[in-house]
Amino acid sequence: MKRFLYIIFFVFWPIYAWSLIEVDITRGNLNPLPIAVSPLSIDEESRKKFEQILNKKNIGSEISVIVEKNLKTSGLFNPLDKDAFLQAPDIANLKPRFEDWNLIKAQALITGKVNLIDEKMRVEFRLWDILAGKEMMALAFTTVPTNWRRVGHIITDKVYERLTGEKGYFDTRIIYVAEDGPKTKRIKKLAIMDQDGENNKFLTLGNELVLTPRFNPTSQMVTYLSYFRNLPRVYLLDIETGMQEVVGDFPGMTFAPRFSPNGKKIIMSFAKDGNSDIYTMDLENRVVEKITNHPSIDTSPSYSPDGKYICFNSDRSGYQQIYIMKSDGTNVKRISFGKGLYGTPVWSPRGDLIAFTKLHKGKFYIGVMRIDGSGERLLTENFYQEAPSWSPNGRVLIFYRETKTDDKGEGFSAKLWSIDLTGYNERLVNTPTDASDPSWSSLLSN
Amino acid sequence: MITALSLPFLAKKPIDLPPIVSIELIQITDKTNIPYAPKAKKIIDEIKEKEKKLVSEQAPPKKVKKIKPESVPLPNEKVEKVKKPEEDKQNPEKIDTEVKQVSEFEKDELFDPNNIAALIDKSKEETADTINKIDKVTQDQQKNIENIGLSLSEEDALKAQIFGCWSIPLGLPYNENLLVRIKLQLNPDGTVLQSEILDHARMNKPGQGFYKVLAESALRAIKLCQPLRVPTTGYERWKELQLNFDAREMLEG
Repeated sequence: MKRFLYIIFFVFWPIYAWSLIEVDITRGNLNPLPIAVSPLSIDEESRKKFEQILNKKNIGSEISVIVEKNLKTSGLFNPLDKDAFLQAPDIANLKPRFEDWNLIKAQALITGKVNLIDEKMRVEFRLWDILAGKEMMALAFTTVPTNWRRVGHIITDKVYERLTGEKGYFDTRIIYVAEDGPKTKRIKKLAIMDQDGENNKFLTLGNELVLTPRFNPTSQMVTYLSYFRNLPRVYLLDIETGMQEVVGDFPGMTFAPRFSPNGKKIIMSFAKDGNSDIYTMDLENRVVEKITNHPSIDTSPSYSPDGKYICFNSDRSGYQQIYIMKSDGTNVKRISFGKGLYGTPVWSPRGDLIAFTKLHKGKFYIGVMRIDGSGERLLTENFYQEAPSWSPNGRVLIFYRETKTDDKGEGFSAKLWSIDLTGYNERLVNTPTDASDPSWSSLLSN
Repeated sequence: MITALSLPFLAKKPIDLPPIVSIELIQITDKTNIPYAPKAKKIIDEIKEKEKKLVSEQAPPKKVKKIKPESVPLPNEKVEKVKKPEEDKQNPEKIDTEVKQVSEFEKDELFDPNNIAALIDKSKEETADTINKIDKVTQDQQKNIENIGLSLSEEDALKAQIFGCWSIPLGLPYNENLLVRIKLQLNPDGTVLQSEILDHARMNKPGQGFYKVLAESALRAIKLCQPLRVPTTGYERWKELQLNFDAREMLEG
């Protein structure tokens, strides 16, 4: 026996002794990644032509500024000061001197060039890994010169996806309700803008009250609610063509029409016979189907990305809480159990989280929870804020917040704000007027 | 002998050899992660050639495990350790009790001047013997510690350095396996001679695009941290190192 043990020890000792040392790295930093965005190089001839067409002195620099701003806004990147760059844009685009970029602590570098070819803008860009000394990505786009802002957003999306592992959200638009005038006589117009607040356009004149615009996840179609002769009407609006149609008149209080994930149905709540329930309408045959049938008030339905489930808001437990159910209305299950009232649940495009508004002790919170109700996190708190809408990648929420503008609390201002899932990156989204009810589009370049 | 050589293979789980796919962005060596058979053989041969006493005298593995890095004898400590047993052996128990009652001066007087030479001779023999034994044990223990891996403080220092360098990509799906294993060959100064992603085949699997992003971030961290904070001695034990980057803990919050 002793001998046997000796053999075992003798044989295994070397394995034990020579096993490779392993070190587990389970923590890192969440600091924004230092990135250098070199201005896109441009030849003199193209520069002059672009200046004539777009009235921009150096379109290469302008595009790089858009990329830089987008990356900074995301909170995940730290674009470095251009004054520190040692290499000229045209040379950097050919072959960056990695030592120079390393010197200013850049970990990634974006270079590129822009030309005018046959009246079309051709933009090339490259993403470089400075530490590895390698090119990570190289792409080129051709478009009409007036699309130069979109080119900047598309470049950002590509860089963002390559460096973070998830799709970007920069080549997107936000539709919202633009508000003006005193609270008792508020003018509300439908408005649309790029996600960075640029290219703002009003879509309606403000003669009728408009509410809750929502993007179709698969196209640039919008559904919204408007009152016509004091009757709520659900409209469909094609952003590309400007064509508009009435989906239907609905009795009583109608709330928040929203598209199904495939864009073929609309789901909403409206009151019939004094009771508010959830209904769907097939947009092809206009058949309305009742999904919930409960004496309580059921509102704010939102589909899961796979279309199999619906989350909604109900007071069937006595207080306003969040529930989920199968898309046919069965298996209703309450998921929110925290203190306070919960409303406006919206399913994340990633499918993993539900965003909501919470009212507790007189304060409004925007938060997220997992789809089983666990892991509730309140991202932001304020006097009044609601209506979160997800960015198409499920990382950022946009919502509106009302703030008092005088000491008496009589004046107020409503603005759009965005916050990412960390809860640290909260930003005001610039709009020309007051704004509410934002809805984020899917990626335009998809 | 065959059994001895084949057992190391049995001790390791069989590893699927991933197809080698060339990736533009990440260096992939031709090496696989098949474990150390040639090395094991070499070591077995070496050990057989060496004195067999070394194995028998060596503290059993459990004891070696208990030796904490802090207890690794420094050169100064060695001298102290040697002195202690010397005193014990020189002074039998009876004298020991007496010694406790007297001062240092009185202690000297306890010795018979005539017997001092004999005592010195004896003590020399015993001291030499003790030193030999202790040195052997200490060397063995030292060897074991060197073979086991990094001490806790060495590992902590390395971890702390890499924590600061690793920017975790925040877009990763946190319900996926977010472990990247990177094998490093290091120079004595801690710079990286070669790095190899052990699960590189995963990068090309459908739905695993995030893994490439994660692996690149880990490689960036290593490059940013160079030279790695490795111990100044014992190059042999850490010249090859495996870093397991796992982002799950951070992303799940």
